[in-house]
Amino acid sequence: MKNLHLLLNPLNDENPITVQVLGICSALAVTVQMKPAIVMALSVTVVTAFSNLIISMGRNTIPPRIRIIIQLVVVAFLVIVVDQVLKAYVYDVSKKLSVFVGLIITNCILMGRLEAFAMSNKPFESFLDGIGNGAGYGLILIALGTIRELFGSGSLMGYQIIPQAFYESGYQDNGMMILPPMALITVGIIIWIQRGYNRKLVDKS
Amino acid sequence: MNIQSNSYTYIYSTIIVLIVATGLAIVATALKPAQDKNVEIEKKQNILTSLRVTSEPANAEELYDRYITDSYTLNSMGEKVSGVDPFTINLRAELKKSPSKRNLPAFEAKMGDSTFVVIPVYGKGLWGPIWGYVAFYKEENVPEGQSRFNTIYGVMFDHKGETPGLGAEINQPFFMNPFQGKKIFSEQGEFVSVHVVKGGADPSSPYQVDAISGGTITSKGLEAMLDSSLVTYQSFFKSNN
Repeated sequence: MKNLHLLLNPLNDENPITVQVLGICSALAVTVQMKPAIVMALSVTVVTAFSNLIISMGRNTIPPRIRIIIQLVVVAFLVIVVDQVLKAYVYDVSKKLSVFVGLIITNCILMGRLEAFAMSNKPFESFLDGIGNGAGYGLILIALGTIRELFGSGSLMGYQIIPQAFYESGYQDNGMMILPPMALITVGIIIWIQRGYNRKLVDKS
Repeated sequence: MNIQSNSYTYIYSTIIVLIVATGLAIVATALKPAQDKNVEIEKKQNILTSLRVTSEPANAEELYDRYITDSYTLNSMGEKVSGVDPFTINLRAELKKSPSKRNLPAFEAKMGDSTFVVIPVYGKGLWGPIWGYVAFYKEENVPEGQSRFNTIYGVMFDHKGETPGLGAEINQPFFMNPFQGKKIFSEQGEFVSVHVVKGGADPSSPYQVDAISGGTITSKGLEAMLDSSLVTYQSFFKSNN
């Protein structure tokens, strides 16, 4: 029950993006289309899950004075591995994600979870927490990617969704959608909707 | 064991770094062939794009083998050089050498009855390198002193990190398509290259295309790239073999 809670809580009540407001920069940058958003979500999930696992396994041996450096080394190692795998197997997506895969290292969600959770919990719980937080981040990324690609380019995953007849009768793609500011506005709208039904998140004052 | 002590901290960090370094070395070596393959396929796709052939990563190799009939390395005298693989030449390194020492790659293609040659080009944009491929028609029975390769069939340009919306537009069809049909030699057979003109190219001129508004330095860089990369091929273009 507690484990399930670890996995599901970050999807809603403690969502890294909409509640903790972490990892916003990459959420704006890679969500113009759905495919890079999905790959980025998977990459972050893999990195958070395994860095949580590794750090949690070594939590009692890591010298406290250099713990942040050790965390960074582990995260950097995993990020480079992910980057190399993407370059080898999904080259076109890896070119679109470009620097943002490398920037997972500086993603606040990672260091946040390592310091706040993995350093003081058992490996399995930490692993689940990593997956949960990666998924919470991914959920918002994919939602953003869907909205932005559908209204910005009229397609999903690169396939045309809005029929050609619409364009012929005067419909135009929303050019704003493919620019970063609109991503921020869309995140704002998602936060608004989420708080609309989840009253726990609303400040009493 | 005291995990607060200095010696423990040093030993711990040394071991972690060694493990991580070994791990990364193994991963990088294991994935290198697949990554190199991707770069090779991308290059083949770029060459095909300049020949106005659309390709997917899955069919790029097959199309490349179908259309590209020959590839060779030339020197600045237009003679073929043996022993250098034209596909793997590093243009950036070649352009730093003096023109007479450069190895110049060329790719010959046949589509229908026409023969084409694809020339790679490389230069500087505003923020980083820009590169591309230019495909020329081969003309038969040209008068003495004129070039066999003069008219551009198609081009493909790309860049590493030009300004989005401005210089980065050089890889868009609206910029690349006007190059089709442009010429690089004057009627007297002199090399003039194609000029990227700010403020509107003369549509009747076969030597001018429109620059990108706001992307002046990238446009100028592209013009310089065409000039400096193509000028060394003059002897080859004009030779008769």
